[in-house]
Amino acid sequence: MDALKQELKENLIEQLNLEDMTTEDIANDDMLFGDGLGLDSIDALELIVMLDKSYGIKLTDPKEGRSIFESINTMAAYITEHRSK
Amino acid sequence: MNTKHHIKSYCSIKNNQVSLNGSVVYKDEENSFLTFIKAAYKNQNTKYPKFFKMDNLSKLAFLAADVLLKNENLSLEEENNIAIVFSNKASSLDTDRKHQISIQNKESYFPSPAVFVYTLPNICIGEISIKYKLYSENSFFIFENLNAEHLLTYTNSLLSSNKADQVLCGWVEFDGEENYEAFLYLVANTGTTKHSKQDIIKLYNT
Repeated sequence: MDALKQELKENLIEQLNLEDMTTEDIANDDMLFGDGLGLDSIDALELIVMLDKSYGIKLTDPKEGRSIFESINTMAAYITEHRSK
Repeated sequence: MNTKHHIKSYCSIKNNQVSLNGSVVYKDEENSFLTFIKAAYKNQNTKYPKFFKMDNLSKLAFLAADVLLKNENLSLEEENNIAIVFSNKASSLDTDRKHQISIQNKESYFPSPAVFVYTLPNICIGEISIKYKLYSENSFFIFENLNAEHLLTYTNSLLSSNKADQVLCGWVEFDGEENYEAFLYLVANTGTTKHSKQDIIKLYNT
């Protein structure tokens, strides 16, 4: 699980062009949206694509994303349970 | 010719060099466009993380506008009545190609929302407008080359009809790392350079 969390942080920085951030700047329980990392709605769509592309998870209801993308912890837990690749 | 209006200031970015009113403010001789534009952005100390998410055309237009408007000491708390009239030849082709590649293969069909949102040239106007609170008129024209006559007429019309207090206009082109250029200028009722077709072309060629 720790390796997955590290991988998610690296993917987040690369896919979302968080240029001035390093993996050390993102805590596992940091809020990804709102007052946390300050991600926006386009970032949320990118995360949905990332789940599909990297882990074979298709979100049929985008509203699900709200709880899945709350933090690195919640993302890692969801991916571990639902991944097909 | 309407001589009531003047070019207050101008900025150009080309050949890995940023100039403001004819003076070089940043130069980088060896790097690729992406490395150059990021280094130029950091040199300007703008601190706007959204810059890194922009496509190449928007990065180019945003930085040129930022260099120029920073010099105007605008209030970032209030709306500024500055219209934007941009033009180029390649539209958003650089980003269109990236989007095309992502949907080319049916077996690996993963279009990126962050790329797709930039598949229109006027998105760069939005990026500048958000940062500087420019909620006035805006247009993006596609021409074969810089059309000084058209920009002049359109800009004079906006100012004469009081649609805007000033107009940020010019040419911003990105069609691959080897073919990019921004030339933006600010037109107002005051300034030292006449707002004429000849002067626009002269500044563009300097």
